[in-house]
Amino acid sequence: MKRLTGFVLTTAISLVAGLAGLSHAAETVTRFDAIGSTTSDLVIASVTDIDFMQPLISAFQAINPGMSVTYIQDTSNSLDKSVSEACASANFFADLVISSSIAQQVRLVNGGCARVIGTPVLTSLPDWAQWRGELIGLTYEPAVMVYNKEAFAAEGPPHSRFDLIDLMRQSDKLNGRIATYDIENSGVGYLFAFQDSTEASTWGRLIEGFGRNSVATFCCSSEVIDRVADGRAFVGYNVLGSYALSRAESDERIGVILPSDYTLVLSRAGYIPREARDAPAARAFLELALSPQGRAILDGETRLLTPLNGPAALARLSGDDELALRPIPLTPALLVSLDRAKRARFLSQWRKSVTLPSPR
Amino acid sequence: MPSLPAGRFRSIAWRLTVLLTLLLTLAAAGTVVAALSYGQTAATRAFDRLLTGAALQIAERISVVEGETMIDIPLSAFGLLSLAAEDRIFYRIIAPDGETLTGDESFPLPEASGSESDPLLYDTVFSGEAVRAIKMQRFLAERAVRGPITVIVAQTLRARAELANEIVARAIIGVIVAGGVTLALALLAMHLALSPLRRIERALLARDPKDLTPFSTTTPREVEALVAAINRFMARLDRRVSAMQGFVADAAHQMRTPITALRAKTELAMEETDPRKLKALQRRIRDRAIGVSRLTDQLLSHALVTHRADSATLEQIDLRRVAVEAEREARRTGGAEGIELDLPADPVMVAGDAFSLREAARNLITNALAHGRPPVCLRVSVTSQGRALIAAHDQGPGMSPDQLQRIGQRFARDPSNAQSAGLGLAIVAEVAEFHQGTLRTAGGAGDTFEVGIELPLTAPAAPFSEGEIAQ
Repeated sequence: MKRLTGFVLTTAISLVAGLAGLSHAAETVTRFDAIGSTTSDLVIASVTDIDFMQPLISAFQAINPGMSVTYIQDTSNSLDKSVSEACASANFFADLVISSSIAQQVRLVNGGCARVIGTPVLTSLPDWAQWRGELIGLTYEPAVMVYNKEAFAAEGPPHSRFDLIDLMRQSDKLNGRIATYDIENSGVGYLFAFQDSTEASTWGRLIEGFGRNSVATFCCSSEVIDRVADGRAFVGYNVLGSYALSRAESDERIGVILPSDYTLVLSRAGYIPREARDAPAARAFLELALSPQGRAILDGETRLLTPLNGPAALARLSGDDELALRPIPLTPALLVSLDRAKRARFLSQWRKSVTLPSPR
Repeated sequence: MPSLPAGRFRSIAWRLTVLLTLLLTLAAAGTVVAALSYGQTAATRAFDRLLTGAALQIAERISVVEGETMIDIPLSAFGLLSLAAEDRIFYRIIAPDGETLTGDESFPLPEASGSESDPLLYDTVFSGEAVRAIKMQRFLAERAVRGPITVIVAQTLRARAELANEIVARAIIGVIVAGGVTLALALLAMHLALSPLRRIERALLARDPKDLTPFSTTTPREVEALVAAINRFMARLDRRVSAMQGFVADAAHQMRTPITALRAKTELAMEETDPRKLKALQRRIRDRAIGVSRLTDQLLSHALVTHRADSATLEQIDLRRVAVEAEREARRTGGAEGIELDLPADPVMVAGDAFSLREAARNLITNALAHGRPPVCLRVSVTSQGRALIAAHDQGPGMSPDQLQRIGQRFARDPSNAQSAGLGLAIVAEVAEFHQGTLRTAGGAGDTFEVGIELPLTAPAAPFSEGEIAQ
C-alpha cells in the first residue's frame, strides 16, 4: 500500500456511470493510478478484500507501468447479480472477475459469459482447478475452524467435526459461543455448507448441534474471526483459511484448525468476461498470479496460497503432513447447489435445524 | 509432373507405382470419409447415453410431498455429465401446467415432439453454442399433481467433437500405416513380378552379337509375343546374313570362271595370226562378254529381289501394268523387239512388290528370248482356279524333263548356251515364293512352251486403277 503512487477510494455510484439505475449498495471502487502515464485500464471485479489483492496489483503495475487498475469490490451475491446482468445484456462490467463464490462463477461460465483465457499456465494447473480453459482457480483456501486459545487452554481445541459435535452434545460450554457463516446471504458460506452436506453424514448432526447451541451467523469470515478473537465466541466454523491463517500470524488469541476428518479447500476462481475490454491485460494478471513471483505474494502475508503449491504450503503452515484436503473441483456439478429447488430445500432444512430451539 | 523425364513414363514399374499410389490414396480418402462419419456417430451415441442417464436420474428424484412437487437434483447426475469435463450443462424441468419449476427457463423445447412419453434427443442452440439435449417425461399420478413432468438436460458438444476427432485421427493414422505397408508390399510384389523382364534384358545384353539363334529362356505369357518377335527378327537377320554369304560365294565362283575363260580367249586372240580363226575367236569373246554382262545383271537383280523379299511391303498392283512396264524395260535394254503382250480387259489385282514382280516378268521375257523360239508373248490372265497368272510364251521346244526338275534353282544353266547365267528363272522362283505364288510351266510338247508365276488374286481394286491403266 505504501508504494502506490496514487490511491483513490470512492463510492461506486460516481464511477460506474454505465450501470446507472442499478443499485449496488455494498460496492466500493478503488482506483490504482498507473506508475507512468496511463495507457490502459484494467478493471477487476472481486469479492476479495482489497488488502488481500493489493500486493498482487502492485506487482502487476510494477511490470506494466502504463496500466492503471480499477478494483471493484462487492459481496458475492451482489457481484454475481451485477455480472449476470452485464452478461445478459452484453455490456462491459469488468476485464476480470474473481470470486470465492465459485459455484456462481461456474454458473456464469456455463452461461457463456466467459472467454477462453488461452494461457500456457493452464497446463500446469491441476484439472480440478480449471474448467473449459475459461475459469481458472487462483488460490488454495481451506475451510478451517478457528478457536479462542484462552477458552480451550485447559482441554485443548476440537480437531475434527466429530470432536466439535461431541463437545456441543456433551457440554454447555459452546452454547451461544459458536459462530459461522450466514449461509443464506454468503455465497462462500452456502458453498461450504452444501459441500459439507455431500461430503459426509456429519452434517445433519452438526446443524442439530448448531441449533441446540444457538449458533450465531455472520456475513463474513473476518467478523467470525473478530468474535472468536475477543472471546464472544469460542469456535468459528467453516472460516476461510486465508483470513484465519493471516490473522493468526498477528493475533495470539486465536488458533486455526484444519479439521482432520476432511478439510474442504476452495480455489478462488477468475474468468475473463466475454465483453472484456482489455483481455490481454486480464490474462497477464492471471499469469502473474500463477507465476513464481505471484505465488510468492499469494503464499506470503495473505496466505491465499495457489493450487500449484497449496498442499505443501498448508502442510508447512499447520505442521501436519497427513491433511485430508478436499479441493472443491471447478466443474458444472457445482451448479446443483445453485438449483432453485435444491437451494430452497437445503436452506429450509438449515433454518429448521438452526433457528428452532432458541430464537436469538 | 511435366518436369519428369519422359523416359520414366515408359517404365512399367513407374506406371504401376503411380497407379498403385493413386488407387491407395483414393482408398485411403474413402476410409477417412467413412471414419469421419463413423467417429461422429460413435461419439454422439456414447455421449447420448450419458445424457439419457443424467435425465433418468433427475426424473427419478422428482416426487410429490404434501401436495408440492419436489425436485431434488442428484449430484450424481451432474457428476455423470461432468465426465464430458469441458462441456457446459443446461437443464430445465417443466410442470404439467407448463410452468418451469427449475433450471433455464428459456431453454428451447424440441420443435417436433412425436410420441410424448419416449425420451427424445435433439440438437439445438442455446447461449450461443450448439447443444445436444434430451427431453424426457415422467408421469406423476398423485392426488395433488397429475400429469407429465418434463425433464430437459442438455450439454455442449466439445467432448463429442474431441472423441470424434480422436476416432478419426486414429483411423487416419491406421489408414496411413496400412496404406504405406500395402504400398511397400505392392512394390515388392511388382518388383518380383517384373523380374522375368529383367532376366530377358540381361540375357539380351549378355548375348554374343554374332549369336542369332532364338531365345530359349522361359518367358512369362505377357512378353511371349515380344520374345517371339525378337526371335522372328533374329531368324530373318540370320536368313539375310546366310543369303548374303551364299550370294557372295556364288557370285565369286560364277564370275571367276567366265572371266578366266574370257581372259584366256583374249590371250589366244592376241597370239592368233590367222584372220579367219581370229574372227571366230572375237565372236566367242563377244559371246562370253555378253554372258558376263548378263550374269552381273542377274546377280544384282537376284540380290535386290532377295533383299526386297525380306523388307518390301506388299501393295495392291495390277499385273497388267507390271507386264507393260517389264516389256518396256526389256525393250530398252535391247534384244527384245517384237514381244507381244496379251492382256485381259479387266485389272488383275495382286498383293505384291512392284519392283520384284517387274524383275520377274523381265526375266521371264529374257529367258524366253534366250532359250525359246520367237515369237515371244507376255501373257497376263486369270486361271480357271481363280489365280492370277503372268507368263512368257514362246514357240520353242521347252525344257527337258531333267531341266524341268531343276527349274528355279540357281545356276541351273544350259551348258550349251554361253550367254546363260542360270539365274533368270531362279529370280522368278524366288519372287513367286515371296508372293506366296508358284512357278508354273505349260506346253513343252515340241512347238510351244510357257513359263510363268501364279499368284493369289486379291479383290478388284478401286475403279480409278482403270484410269491408271489407260494412261
